[in-house]
Amino acid sequence: MAEQMTIHLRIWRQAGPDAPGRLVDYTVAGANEHMSFLELLDVLNEQLVHRGEEPVAFDSDCREGICGSCGVLVGGIAHGPQRRTAVCQLHMRSFKDGDRIVVEPFRARAFPLVKDLVVDRSAFDRIISAGGFISTTTGGAPDANALPVSKDAADEAMDYATCIGCGACVAACPNASASLFTAAKISHLALLPQGSVEASRRVVAMVRQMSEEGFGDCSNHTECEAVCPKGISIACIARMRREYVKAVLC
Amino acid sequence: MATPAQSTLHAKVPAGRLQDKWDAYRDTVGLVSPANKRKHSILVIGTGLAGGSAAATLAGLGYQVTCFCIQDSARRAHSIAAQGGINAAKNYPNDGDTIWRLFYDTIKGGDYRSREANVYRLAQVSGNIIDQAVAQGVPFAREYGGLLANRSFGGAQVSRTFYARGQTGQQLLLGAYQALSHQIATGNVSMLPRREMLDLVVVNGHARGVITRNLVTGALERHLGDAVLLCTGGYGNAYYLSTNAQNSNVTAAWRCYKRGAYFANPCFTQIHPTCIPVSGGYQSKLTLMSESLRNDGRVWVPRDPEDRRAPAQIPEPDRDYYLERRYPSFGNLVPRDVASRAAKKECDAGRGVGTTRLAVYLDFADAVGRLGEQTVRERYGNLFEMYQRITGENPYKEPMRIYPAVHYTMGGLWVDYELQSSLRGLFVLGEANFSDHGANRLGASALMQGLADGYFVIPYTLGAYLSGARLDSSITTDHDAFVSAEREARERLHTLLSAQGDKTVTQYHRELGQLLWNHVGMSRNREGLEAAAAQIRALRQEFWERVRVPGDNDTYNKNLEFAGRVADFMELGELMARDALEREESCGGHFREEHQTAEGEALRNDQDYAHVTAWQYAGSETAPVQHQEPLVFETVQPTSRSYK
Ligand SMILES: Cc1cc2nc3c(=O)[nH]c(=O)nc-3n(C[C@H](O)[C@H](O)[C@H](O)COP(=O)(O)OP(=O)(O)OC[C@H]3O[C@@H](n4cnc5c(N)ncnc54)[C@H](O)[C@@H]3O)c2cc1C
Ligand code: FES
Repeated sequence: MAEQMTIHLRIWRQAGPDAPGRLVDYTVAGANEHMSFLELLDVLNEQLVHRGEEPVAFDSDCREGICGSCGVLVGGIAHGPQRRTAVCQLHMRSFKDGDRIVVEPFRARAFPLVKDLVVDRSAFDRIISAGGFISTTTGGAPDANALPVSKDAADEAMDYATCIGCGACVAACPNASASLFTAAKISHLALLPQGSVEASRRVVAMVRQMSEEGFGDCSNHTECEAVCPKGISIACIARMRREYVKAVLC
Repeated sequence: MATPAQSTLHAKVPAGRLQDKWDAYRDTVGLVSPANKRKHSILVIGTGLAGGSAAATLAGLGYQVTCFCIQDSARRAHSIAAQGGINAAKNYPNDGDTIWRLFYDTIKGGDYRSREANVYRLAQVSGNIIDQAVAQGVPFAREYGGLLANRSFGGAQVSRTFYARGQTGQQLLLGAYQALSHQIATGNVSMLPRREMLDLVVVNGHARGVITRNLVTGALERHLGDAVLLCTGGYGNAYYLSTNAQNSNVTAAWRCYKRGAYFANPCFTQIHPTCIPVSGGYQSKLTLMSESLRNDGRVWVPRDPEDRRAPAQIPEPDRDYYLERRYPSFGNLVPRDVASRAAKKECDAGRGVGTTRLAVYLDFADAVGRLGEQTVRERYGNLFEMYQRITGENPYKEPMRIYPAVHYTMGGLWVDYELQSSLRGLFVLGEANFSDHGANRLGASALMQGLADGYFVIPYTLGAYLSGARLDSSITTDHDAFVSAEREARERLHTLLSAQGDKTVTQYHRELGQLLWNHVGMSRNREGLEAAAAQIRALRQEFWERVRVPGDNDTYNKNLEFAGRVADFMELGELMARDALEREESCGGHFREEHQTAEGEALRNDQDYAHVTAWQYAGSETAPVQHQEPLVFETVQPTSRSYK
C-alpha cells in the first residue's frame, strides 16, 4: 500500500477580480503518491465543504494533460516541478511527506484573475481569431492525398500543433509574453503547404493581436519552453520572427 | 414492470436504395436562400467536434450563430481528449475497404441496434471529413512518400483509421475550433464560453431558445433562436469514474428530455477495455489507454491465479493470451464490449493482476522486439508517457496494467434521419444523440460521427426545417415560456444552495456511480437492476434534503454547477436501470446475464428487441412513456456477431 503523506499548502485566495487576495495555509493529511496534485486539491475542497468554508476555485477538465484547462503555479513553477507535465498529471510522487507547497494563479496583465486560482485566458482565443486558421469553409476540399506533405514537415507541424493553450508559457515569462503560444500556431500552419498561402497575413495579424492584448515581448529567457507541458521548442519563435520579417519586407 | 409501447416512432428515412437515400434527400430537400440565411439565428450548444464543426459550417453558410460552452474556451471541449483516430473509407492502403464495408462493420459492431440509413450516410461522408480536416491543416500522420498513414482499430480487418499520434481528437478539434475562430472573426458567430445551458425554451411546440447561466457571474440569460442544436456530448460521468472530462454532463440533454424530447436507449453505455485501473477512493477520473494500443499490444493474464511472479518472470507457457485464444480471427482487436467482458471474466475468475487484482496485462514486449523501441515510441509515445506519469511504471520495460472503464454513451436523445429530436427545431448532434452506434460503438467512429453530423449532415437538414417551418417572428425573450423557464432555473439553484445539509455533492456522485457500475455496468441482471432503480430513487430523495452546496450563485461556483449535474445524473440513472430492465436480451455493451450462450457470449433477441426504445418524460413521480422505433434491415441480414 502507498505511504501516507501530509502536505502543507499555502494557497492564493481571492473572491473576485476586485477583491483583495492573500495566501492561506491549509494542511491535507492522507495524501499518497498515486494522487494527482488536483486530486489533492479535491480532497482539500471536500474537507472545506464539510467545515462550511468555501472551496478553492481552480479550473480543470480532462485531467489528462490535453485540454489546457488547468494551470497554476506550484512552488512558483507553472504546472509544478515535473517537466513536460500539466498540473493535472503531476502526481504526488513528485513530493514528500511534510512538504510545504505554495499554490498561486498564473499571473499576467493579459490574464485577469477571475477567482482564487482561476484566470481569464480569452486573450488566447482572440489571437487565434486574428489569424490562427486556414480560411476554408466546409465542402469543396480536394482529396486529402492530392497534396503530398513530407513526413518531416508533417511531424514538425504536429510538434507545434500539440500546444494545449494552457498559458504556462505566459505565466513563466518575465515579460508575460505569449510568443511561444502564438509562434507555435504560426509554425504549425506555415510548415504545411495548405497553410503557407496565408502565412504573411497570418503572422502580421497574430503578432499585432498579441501585443494589443497586453502580452510583453520575447527577450529569449526560454522560461516558456522549460514549463511547456507539451515540450514545445522555442525554435518556433525564431520561425515566427523570420515569417514576420518576410511578411513585412516582401 | 414493462410499460406498454405507446407509439411507433417514424425516423423519416428517405425511400429508395440504401446507397441512394442521402443523394435523393439532398436532391429534393428544401433550401434557404443566402439572403434569408442571414435572418436566421441558430443556437449551438457545445463546441466539441459536433458543435464546433456545425457552428463553423453554418456560420460559413451565412447563418447567424450563437455558440455556447462550459469551458473557458471553445478549444477545450471534451473531444480534445480523443486519442486513437478517426475512421474513413478512403481505402488508401488498398486493402479492400469500401463505403459498404465501413457501413457493415459499424452496423455489425453496433450489434444491429442502429438505423441502416444513418450508418450508411456516415460511411458515405467519412472520406469528406478527412479531406476537410487536411484542408484545415490537421497534421495527420504521414508515410515517407508524403501520403497519409493508416492504422487498424478494433472490429475491423482493414486499416482505415487516420491519426495524429495519440492526439487525433485534439487535432481534429483544433481544426474545427480554428474554423470557428475564423467565423468569429467575420462576425457570423457570437461565442459565449463559460455558459451552462440550464433549460430549453419551447414555444408552440418549437424549440425557440435556451436559458443559460453565466458561470462566472451567476447571471441567468435568455437566448432566442430559430433552431437549437444540442451538441453537448455524452453522459458517461453518471458513473462518477469514467474517461470523460470533469465537466461532461447530461444536464442539457436531460432538461430537453423534460421539455418533451425523447431519450433513446439510455442503457447503451460503452465500457472501454483498456484504461488505467482504479488506484484509490480519492480518484477523480480514469485514464484511457487508446484502443490503438491493441494493434501491437497483447493482452494476457497468468494461467494460474496463484501465480504472483513479476510479469517478466512468467514464461510463455504460463501465460494465457485469452483474447487470441478465444477469438482467433480478431485476436486482440475484438470490439470493445467483447474485450471488456473478457477482462472482467478473467478477473472474476481470480486471474487479475496488480495489487487490486482488477487488472490484466497489455504487453508490448513482442512489439518492441519486432519493431524496435523507436517505432513503438513513434506510434504511441505520448500514451506511454501518460501511463508512466500516472503509474510510475515504464511500459517499454514492463507490461501495462489495464482494466475496463466507462467511456462512451451510445444512448442519447432520439433523433430522426434529419438529426431532429421529437421536438420540432431541436437538433441533436454528436455523442448527445443516440443515432449511429447501436449497442456498441466501434473505435474511431465517434470522431467520424461528430464531424459528419456537424460538417456534412446538419447544413442540409437544418435548411429543410427552416424552409418549411412557419416560425412566429413576433416572439421575444419576454415571452412567458422564457420567463417561466428562467424562473424555474433560478428556483432550482436556490433550492440547491439552501439545503445546507451534511453531505457533499461528490459523495452523492460517488454513491450513484457505484450503484450504476455494480448494477448497470458490464453485466446486468433483473434483480440488480430493480435494486439499483429503487436505491437511486432513494438516493435522489435524500440528495435534496441533505446535500451541502457551499458559496453563492453570483460567483464562480463549481460545487453549484456540479450539484445541478449530479441531480440530473440521478434521474438519468434511474431511467438507465429501467431501460436495461426493459431490454430482455444481450446486445453490444448491454449484457443481461439471463441472456447468454453456453459459451457466455451475448444472446440477442431480434424477434422482440430489434427496436430503439425512446422514453418520454411524464413527470418526476410518474413512469415515463415508452415509444419504439422498429429497426428495419432492408440491406443487411442481422446475424449473430462472431469474432472467433
Ligand atoms: C479519453 C477519450 C478518448 C477517445 N478517443 C476516441 C478516438 O480515438 N476516436 C473516436 O472516434 N472517439 C474517441 N472518443 C470519443 C469521442 O471523443 C467523443 O465521443 C466525441 O469527441 C464527443 O464529441 P461531441 O462533440 O459530441 O461532445 P464533446 O466533445 O463532449 O463536447 C461537448 C460540448 O458541449 C458543451 N456542453 C456540455 N454541456 C453543456 C451545457 N449544459 N451547457 C453548455 N454547454 C455544454 C461542452 O462545453 C463542450 O463544448 C474518446 C473519448 C474519450 C473520453
Ligand atoms: S485538466 Fe486538461 S490539461 Fe489539465
